[in-house]
Amino acid sequence: MTDFLQMIVNGVAAGSAYALMGLAMVIIYKTSEVPNFAQGEMALVVTYLTYSLLATYGLPLHTALAATLVFAVVLGVVVEFCVLRRAKNPSVLGMIIITIGLEMVLMGLVSWKFGAEEKTMPFPISPYDSILLGRVYISTLEALTLAVALVLMGLLFFFFRFSRLGMAMKATQQNPVAARIMGIRTRRILMITWGISSLVGALAGVLLAPVIMQPYMMWDPMLKGFAAAVLGGMTSLPGAVIGAYLLGIIENLFGGYVSIEFKSVVAFAIIVLVLCVRPSGLFARHYVKKV
Amino acid sequence: MDMKRDYYEDVALFSSPVAVFWFVLLLVLLALLPFWVKNYYVYLVNYLAINVIVVLGLNILVGFTGQVSLGHAGFFAVGAYGTVLLMTHLHLPFVLALPAAALVAALFGFLLGLPALRLEGPYLAIATLGFGMTITQVIGRIEAFGGRQGLHAPDLAIGPWHLATDRAFYYLVVPVAIVLTVAARNIARTRVGRAFVAIRDAEVAAETIGVNLTYYKTLAFALSAFYAGIGGGLYAFVLRFIEPELFSLLMSIMFLAMAVVGGLGSIMGAVTGACLLTWLDLQLRNITGVPVLGAWLEDLSRQYLTTTGLSNIQFVVFGAILIGIMIFEPLGLYGFWIRAKKYWRTWPF
Repeated sequence: MTDFLQMIVNGVAAGSAYALMGLAMVIIYKTSEVPNFAQGEMALVVTYLTYSLLATYGLPLHTALAATLVFAVVLGVVVEFCVLRRAKNPSVLGMIIITIGLEMVLMGLVSWKFGAEEKTMPFPISPYDSILLGRVYISTLEALTLAVALVLMGLLFFFFRFSRLGMAMKATQQNPVAARIMGIRTRRILMITWGISSLVGALAGVLLAPVIMQPYMMWDPMLKGFAAAVLGGMTSLPGAVIGAYLLGIIENLFGGYVSIEFKSVVAFAIIVLVLCVRPSGLFARHYVKKV
Repeated sequence: MDMKRDYYEDVALFSSPVAVFWFVLLLVLLALLPFWVKNYYVYLVNYLAINVIVVLGLNILVGFTGQVSLGHAGFFAVGAYGTVLLMTHLHLPFVLALPAAALVAALFGFLLGLPALRLEGPYLAIATLGFGMTITQVIGRIEAFGGRQGLHAPDLAIGPWHLATDRAFYYLVVPVAIVLTVAARNIARTRVGRAFVAIRDAEVAAETIGVNLTYYKTLAFALSAFYAGIGGGLYAFVLRFIEPELFSLLMSIMFLAMAVVGGLGSIMGAVTGACLLTWLDLQLRNITGVPVLGAWLEDLSRQYLTTTGLSNIQFVVFGAILIGIMIFEPLGLYGFWIRAKKYWRTWPF
């Protein structure tokens, strides 16, 4: 029983990182229908910047964090403005390819600059201290990630539902032309969306860095976050978070009871199976295209 | 002139006698190539021809039918492992093992095509991506398949001929690539190809005029997987050694990049894209050997970046090419070719 609970907790902990990545992807997908494959690498750039501010320039933690989070927003805005906006009425496939290209460029630049060897992030909260909750352990870093994920989900949910900007974003996704006619500056909205999304992704990167930090670190969380977002329905924020925790928990239970070897692929098997039954994920309404 | 005046002209395999002439010249040149280049270049062309085969297949799926696939390394792996295992375990001759393995890959393609019927955009991307990663992981964990250590390809013999050298293998790979290129061209201009294009351009409209979506979409997946399977089977013998790590997500992305850079929906585009990116890939791997540029990049890395990370320049270049192509010419190299042709036709004016 304790084992079972511990696996659930580990799953929730792993799920929090997926949830942050998933949220970041859903935010972009909600407004622009772009599945952003560069999400992980945008976070990677920010994470390495945090690392060099902390380790090389020796800035205090709060200054470094504030600086990098601002940088994350700027990075998102710049990427949207310089790359995605330049594409002339692209298809979904075109957008996927642009973001994959972006991902390759960013990852190439980071590993060119910092080399492929593993670094240690000087982060005050270590992944090796644990808190005892009843009979199960959770590391302080995992607890922090969990808290950040839940708080962010709440904030984003209220942001999209009640703020003017959030509603403008929703309107932009549902009908860009109508939104423009209503006086929404849709292009500016897209830029802001990319900024926010980049910020959320960057948090995931910074929180993962103390565990493992090398240029490939964001691959797995990004793909799992994407899988979680698809599981949840790609347009639903709570869906992405629930999907992420489901994936994390199932992955850990599968690893514990069935086979530790196939743990990393079970997520994708689940995705394919779920998509067979519900082609738009668990929490999104399936739109049948009308002519 | 590109203007078509009747139906038969539109479906002709070659647009003019000039095209036939160039094609025959190309065949002759390819047949003579191994006699006057170094062994390394023969190996390079073998490798290139395999990429051409896979990208042609991917182009049928992505370019003609409009379905995205990020899992082609999976089909490629099925072809490679299938061929080697059928030869070592069931002692099938190569001429049977290769098509059999490709048919197995096609079966996988058909199976993946079934859920893909209802998926589009990012959902399809993640499903195919998941498929590709799962195949690699599963193969890597089965001991009978060599596990993580990988497999050695057996000796290759077709009837009385032993294909032991790269030059000998060249005369197997390149004809196969040519036949498959012509086959792809044929598929594109027949009823099936038109159905694919109709699905890409307007799914609902295609269904309305009687295109059976279930049949044609799964067919596109199966055909595409068949091409990848053939490519994979040949790849095992070019490398002579296969391991699961080879068939990574990066490989799927590279195939997609080749198809996109060459030009989606064009056979010549697929061929040129595969050739260009494969060549570029090999050039970038030893970038320091390139005159002037190599030294300059090394200097730059030493001063501002890391020299150990210089090899990652290939990601930067490929990524930039992908972005550039999508922004400036979504039809890829084929699009540039069309534009250049148009420009020169009316040149002084």
